[in-house]
Amino acid sequence: MSDATAPSPTAPTSSLLKQDDRTRRRNRAETRFRAYGMAAVIVGILALVLLLTSILSNGLSSFRQTFITFPVTLAEERLDPQGNRNPEEMARVTTFGYAPLLGQSFVEHVQSMGIETDLGPREMAAMISDEAPGQLRAMVLANPDIVGETITLELLAGGRIDGFFKGRVTMASAERDNNVSPEQLLLAEALREQGVMDTRFNWDFITAPDASGQRPEAAGLGVAILGSFYMMIVVLVLALPIGVAASIYLEEFAPKNRFTDLIEVNISNLAAVPSIVFGILGLAIFINFAGLPQSAPIVGGLVLTLMTLPTIIIATRASLRAVPPSIRSAALGLGASKMQSVFHHVLPLAAPGILTGTIIGLAQALGETAPLLLIGMVAFVREYPSAPPDGFFDPASALPVQVYNWTQRSDPAFVERASGAIIVLLVFLIFMNAVAILLRRRFERRW
Amino acid sequence: MNDMRAVERDVDTNDLKITARGVDVFYGDTHAIKDVDVDIVDNTVTAFIGPSGCGKSTFLRCLNRMNDTIDVARVEGSIMLDGEDIYDPKVDPVQLRAKVGMVFQKPNPFPKSIYDNVAYGPRIHGLAKDKAALDEIVEKSLRRAALWDEAKDRLDQPGTGLSGGQQQRLCIARAVATNPEVLLMDEPCSALDPIATAQIEELIDELRSRYSVVIVTHSMQQAARVSQKTAFFHLGELVEFGETGHIFTNPSDPRTESYITGRIG
Repeated sequence: MSDATAPSPTAPTSSLLKQDDRTRRRNRAETRFRAYGMAAVIVGILALVLLLTSILSNGLSSFRQTFITFPVTLAEERLDPQGNRNPEEMARVTTFGYAPLLGQSFVEHVQSMGIETDLGPREMAAMISDEAPGQLRAMVLANPDIVGETITLELLAGGRIDGFFKGRVTMASAERDNNVSPEQLLLAEALREQGVMDTRFNWDFITAPDASGQRPEAAGLGVAILGSFYMMIVVLVLALPIGVAASIYLEEFAPKNRFTDLIEVNISNLAAVPSIVFGILGLAIFINFAGLPQSAPIVGGLVLTLMTLPTIIIATRASLRAVPPSIRSAALGLGASKMQSVFHHVLPLAAPGILTGTIIGLAQALGETAPLLLIGMVAFVREYPSAPPDGFFDPASALPVQVYNWTQRSDPAFVERASGAIIVLLVFLIFMNAVAILLRRRFERRW
Repeated sequence: MNDMRAVERDVDTNDLKITARGVDVFYGDTHAIKDVDVDIVDNTVTAFIGPSGCGKSTFLRCLNRMNDTIDVARVEGSIMLDGEDIYDPKVDPVQLRAKVGMVFQKPNPFPKSIYDNVAYGPRIHGLAKDKAALDEIVEKSLRRAALWDEAKDRLDQPGTGLSGGQQQRLCIARAVATNPEVLLMDEPCSALDPIATAQIEELIDELRSRYSVVIVTHSMQQAARVSQKTAFFHLGELVEFGETGHIFTNPSDPRTESYITGRIG
């Protein structure tokens, strides 16, 4: 083949360098689809950012509270007329006996600092929170020996004064407000410059019980957090074993027939039942029929267990199904019994999925409000529930219900409180979800 | 085919380990196995060959009642192991499977350490009195599966980290560890490369001295290389069963001949 010419390329039937109509249309469609996807993601992120910004800007201030620090003279003739320091007799002096003491000491302190004000003693005393006398009384009754002394106390300032420092109350709004006057705000400003008033982090918001609608500055989440915690214990203790056992039975042991099909369909349906229906069920069965106490974490926990069970069962069954059948065959082929194959091999492999499902179910239960309203968890509870197991039967509140409760109250200071409670709730939810992710990462095995 | 040396290979014994008579298997309405009679001789490799879907795996799974795990499967006829009917209502399949071990098509080690993989069977059957005895069983089984030298330094590492061929040998070691009398292998080399396949085949030939081995295979060369007896299945029927050399050189049924010469299958 010596006479062969140098090979030259053949002419293309259609050029690859130029896109034909079909390709262009396809590419355009793909570009459009990507744009839709990006838009959806951006809208979602914006919504989240908006939500977080609004909650954080409203709620973060609730973790800070304004306090007034001044010396209080605990006059013996007012607090302990008999002079024997017997707490039982001293308990006859109500908070109304303590309030004038506080007011008087406060006025004296302001005068001693040389601050000029047009306010009368009564108006000056009104700047202290209504909660303060009660706190002082509890303190004195717990430690009667301080009567007669002059001690320096850090007491809550009134909600309006606190709002002034947080920017919620202004001179203009104070003009129209019956609860606070511009003169009081001027005095507060002066006191802050003198270091008598100070805004600082307030642990009481997390630990204190709820307070009435007139004293938002004292309201805290303590009872609600405890109640939610107790309910989560009930849910975990009941829903996890029942849910996992039911799933294992249905997935691994139960014969596939119409009856088990029916059960399966109904479990899926249960997951879709509106939560308020579970509340009515709980009211009818646990409270009216079984006679369990209202507002108690045990009832809330039982209702939430019913709600969480389908979630746990569906998640557990999915993770059991995800374990490759070859693992079961391997175990059975070695002469393991069905139960051994499930408990030695299938369940450990499914565990991360089960735990994730359980935690997500718990997180759902933690944020659930509607059924709790029906079983009385919405009540105003100021007493901490006692330690378990008795505490399960004591009245308590729950975090989401507390949010609902505070948004209903008229004092604008509760807007901040409610947002703060939402932040606490979100922190718990994020924590639980993080645990779920960690568990999945940690125990996930590949095969 | 150069591998027709099988003719020269002798069957060492004629003790019948398993006798199957008139076995029918139904999957729901499908008649998967039709009236099959097979005798499995002790210390022999018996190969089941046939085109896909012919029922050879199904029949293999009858021998240790793995079909019980499928709800719609129904087995009729009698399968006797050492003269005892394994489908007798008094028989616990769990006990049967300890005697009749199985190796699957895809290597399926447990996602545990190599040691735990092998030790699992002896543990659940209580074959080892103490840790030392268990160590010994693990070593012996891995040696029999020709995996000891490769695995002895990494016994605590996951079995899933081995190569495909090693995994399959690990599965064989795991099956051998429970001290079975019969070893069923369902296409044990179909997921392996030729080198790993050769290792497994060599291993099967060694295993023959202790167990009776039944192997399902798609590869006729493999059947010819490793087995002494061959059963040819077609459409759920046992077409021909006999000495491997005989089947491959002088089949009596025209369907067998068509299959081994590549005309059907």
